[in-house]
Amino acid sequence: MDKKERHKNKSNPPESEQIVQEEQTGSQVPEKRRAGIASKWMEGSGPEADIVISSRVRLARNVRKLPFPPLASDGQREKVHQLIERIVQNRDEKNSKLNLRMLNISALAPISRQVLVEKHLISPLLAKESRFSAIVLRDDEVISIMVNEEDHFRIQCLMPGLQLEKAWQEASYYDDFLESQVDYAFHEEKGYLTACPTNVGTGLRASIMLHLPALSITRQINRILSAVNQVGLAVRGLYGEGTEAVGNLLQISNQITLGQSENEIWQNLYGVTKQLISQEKNAREHLLNEGREKLADRAGRAFGILKHARMIDSNEAMQLLSDVRLGVDLGLIESIPLKKLNELLVLTRPGCLQYLTGKTLNAYERDLERAAQIQRELRGD
Amino acid sequence: MNRRNMLCERCGKKVASVHVTKIINGNKTELYLCDTCAREKGENISFEGKFPLHQFFSGLMSFFPSGDADAMAPSSYSGLQCPECGLTYAQFGQIGRLGCDQCYEAFGENLVPLLRRLHGNQRHMGKIPARAGSFVKAKREIERLREKLQRKVDEEAFEEAAELRDKIRKLEGEISSGGEDHG
Ligand SMILES: [Zn+2]
Ligand SMILES: [Zn+2]
Repeated sequence: MDKKERHKNKSNPPESEQIVQEEQTGSQVPEKRRAGIASKWMEGSGPEADIVISSRVRLARNVRKLPFPPLASDGQREKVHQLIERIVQNRDEKNSKLNLRMLNISALAPISRQVLVEKHLISPLLAKESRFSAIVLRDDEVISIMVNEEDHFRIQCLMPGLQLEKAWQEASYYDDFLESQVDYAFHEEKGYLTACPTNVGTGLRASIMLHLPALSITRQINRILSAVNQVGLAVRGLYGEGTEAVGNLLQISNQITLGQSENEIWQNLYGVTKQLISQEKNAREHLLNEGREKLADRAGRAFGILKHARMIDSNEAMQLLSDVRLGVDLGLIESIPLKKLNELLVLTRPGCLQYLTGKTLNAYERDLERAAQIQRELRGD
Repeated sequence: MNRRNMLCERCGKKVASVHVTKIINGNKTELYLCDTCAREKGENISFEGKFPLHQFFSGLMSFFPSGDADAMAPSSYSGLQCPECGLTYAQFGQIGRLGCDQCYEAFGENLVPLLRRLHGNQRHMGKIPARAGSFVKAKREIERLREKLQRKVDEEAFEEAAELRDKIRKLEGEISSGGEDHG
């Protein structure tokens, strides 16, 4: 960290200093750390929440006449940082209602950065970038703005369940708010100008996080996903490498950002999501009819392992959580709140495990800690 | 842009006088440097420090797939450089990211096939921001008035033409007081 950055940290809002200090002294109590993992999008609420975990809309925006972050000098990045800092810290009536706070990435410990990545609030790219990069968060973390990532601003709205329209409207509201105070790079032909031409136009990326276990068990998933691909949507596994979808969790998002309106983009994704939901429901119906006991056995065994295992790796945990979730959705095993199951997806990630324990853990220690955390959550103590 | 008037890609201050070609990992890099920079850097010419390379190369292959080499044909890009940030079209091909908002103007036509391949479209149909968008509206109005002005001049209706000219000046004044040219 150079002198300038260090000085910068001193002038941070008090929240971020607090986090850093607590991390260094390890004084933060475990309950507080556990509460820090939870986020609105994990709530398990909203339409279709059993199958659609979350809906996200992200808008890429840049300031006029300043180089995009990849080519910007430190001084130019600082200008962008100051712009947003002034807006967030301005405590007039309108701003106060928006409930925003700003954290400088350089002020966050590596583990805290990783936790933000695992909570889907920042990208891995931003987590690595400490030159005047920041994250602006609303209280409930539904709204976040990445500062000096690949674009000057990336406004994100992340909501539980299938709520693309609402996510777009919320993101657009904060976009209007920013635009009232920042000169955007906008071109009448090309729309919102972005560092990468894949984002130009609307700058909008809408995505849905889905749990599709029955399509996977009935081996229809690949056929269906290639159809999704053919209508111009990108599909990827949420965890794991490449096309592999660990825990039957998938993310689907639009690829085209230019030449379609925002409404067309989210409605197209919404339509495809609705079809996937209905296919998944058909497959669940089919599984129940063909082998209800087999399915109940599968869920019960998964639940048993999760409750009693002493060591568990990430992939196994994801798969077992998927089996349990399906059993809960179908009423085959005892009910566990969706909120808990969603939070478990996040808090069993390596960064969160280390954040929760306040210690650096190697892979072996993480498997031990993961099992312990899952037990604690499922036993409800 | 005339290559002889190109600015040095390293310091961005002096006119480039030296042309350096380097092949790194199979990627051809062309550099135009001023004599000072060329002497200073010698063989150690590198973008390191100025461009965070690790972020960039990922985007390259998707932009210029092997079958599409014509998109990068020297004749179409070699002279192109963004006057604002100094990024050349060749560098854009390597890093897959544009340097600034003016790059979209500077590379204009050359970006069209790429945008069409990525999006199937090339015209924004979405949201227009309130402030930056008001400029778009004003600019369209100026275009309309200019055409009308030309007609009036052709008709030798000079009094009306003078009125139109004043209107245009007023609108142009509003735009520039709102912050120079929006490109
Ligand atoms: Zn030079
Ligand atoms: Zn440029």
